[in-house]
Amino acid sequence: MSELTERLILNVGPQHPSTHGVLRVVVELEGEVIVRCTPDIGYLHRGIEKLMESKTYHQCLPLTDRIDYLAGSANNLGFVLAVEKLLGIEVPPRARYLRVIVAEMTRISSHLFWLATHAHDLGAMTPLFYAFREREQLMDLFEAVAGGRLFPCYFRIGGVARDVPDGWTDGVREFCRTFPEKMKDYETLLTKNPIWIKRTKGVGVLTVDEVLDYGLSGPVARGSGIPWDVRRADPYCGYDEFDFIIPVGENGDTYDRYLVRLEEMRQSARIILQALDRLPSGDIAVKDPTITYPPKADVYTKIESLIQHFLLVEEGIRPPEGEVFHHTEAPKGELGFYIVSDGSSHPFRVKVRTPSFVNLQVLSKMAEGRLLADLIALIGTIDIVLADVDR
Amino acid sequence: MSGEAVPRTYVQEVMDELAAEAVRGRTCFREQWTLEVRSEFLLQVMTELRNRWGFRYLIDVTAVDFHPKTPRFQVVYHLWCHDRQALLRVKAWVDTDPPSVPSVTGLWKTAGWHERECYDLFGITFMGHPDLRRILLPESWQGHPLRKDYPTEGPDWDLD
Repeated sequence: MSELTERLILNVGPQHPSTHGVLRVVVELEGEVIVRCTPDIGYLHRGIEKLMESKTYHQCLPLTDRIDYLAGSANNLGFVLAVEKLLGIEVPPRARYLRVIVAEMTRISSHLFWLATHAHDLGAMTPLFYAFREREQLMDLFEAVAGGRLFPCYFRIGGVARDVPDGWTDGVREFCRTFPEKMKDYETLLTKNPIWIKRTKGVGVLTVDEVLDYGLSGPVARGSGIPWDVRRADPYCGYDEFDFIIPVGENGDTYDRYLVRLEEMRQSARIILQALDRLPSGDIAVKDPTITYPPKADVYTKIESLIQHFLLVEEGIRPPEGEVFHHTEAPKGELGFYIVSDGSSHPFRVKVRTPSFVNLQVLSKMAEGRLLADLIALIGTIDIVLADVDR
Repeated sequence: MSGEAVPRTYVQEVMDELAAEAVRGRTCFREQWTLEVRSEFLLQVMTELRNRWGFRYLIDVTAVDFHPKTPRFQVVYHLWCHDRQALLRVKAWVDTDPPSVPSVTGLWKTAGWHERECYDLFGITFMGHPDLRRILLPESWQGHPLRKDYPTEGPDWDLD
């Protein structure tokens, strides 16, 4: 075949609807078969790690929302937990539970977005409308509790920003109760759909060794049968107190990763319901004036609180000298924050280990020898967000 | 606490077993162990950690710039052992000029992009990397932004 056909170099992206952002992929084709595939990233590089070095820890927090903009709270969680580890503090139980609830809602919302766009890329239009219908409910709940939709920035170093408004927990409970029923709609449309199966089964197979070599994590690793989930392996936020299963695939193909993510959404809803049932009362943040901001009402009425507020804004918190690495299970995989502190109020170095960056590397391996049309399925199945890749 | 038998963690056991001349120091902060190795032994230690001690998962490779100290750069590796659920941080000072360290891409393929990122943003050369070129910034970019002497405002930044 190679003697008969000429090699064609085709440029996909960076502005292409199915690359989920500004990803450029240079593919070498023989006919319709990909011989080589080279992802070119960096179009959305904003230098977040560099910016963090000139900001106080509190100021860094809103930057983390923008890393993976489809799962803002998941990034907030990774960052606040890393800083709390650096400080050596524990948050009150209520804050911990609220974090679990919002983080799992974020996982569902991120997976819904993945489902919508992945199915749309492969030609199924309807799941997009269904998934966005449910995602909209979650966005409204984020807005009610935090004020922001895409960038909630609800978590704070030492706790959460504010307590939940009246009726919010009922709204979340209602969502979690009805959600598994609505998921049947997606399953009806896709799981046994012959076109969907043809486009996804056996496409982009990853073996266990490949997953380990490429350092893959999240649903991409679990699709290949590796039960690697940070929530279970290295529990944080008290995830070991919750009852949930870690779905794994068997064949490591695009279809299995689809099933894994669907099941993960159900499990997340289960975790949220458990957290709601056991939601303790009490403080929502640690009471340490060198770490958390005083209540706004006190700032306006008490001179001590005003000074405390002023000091935190001007100087920020000063963690001890040292370095920590904290990883969390973000919707797309393992999200790690490595923070080096020199004892000043600004981090000396922050490294964000984002799941999309690491997982995208395997794209060339998956695409080689496949048809060009499969490339679109493969980009979708890794579930990348380019802001998460480029930081 | 003296006299009480504190069970050693897996990471401590592993560190005790490593060749003494390769280890420059070890510290524990917030229950996380950092192993500092001499850069000439880096590859040997990493091979042993991966093949003998089961650290099959390289989570992350990055660097820290301690400008104006010398040696200036430190490369940092985060390793995870799935079987023992253990995290280990391995560090090595980059004591050559221009800065270079051996690449670990032969052990973990995932290091490929991590090392390219370090090369791009810190200007550290990874010897033996199969495809070492800039990854986030364009090829024509001058300088390495994550170095401490690179202004946050950008290369053209001027006080006037």
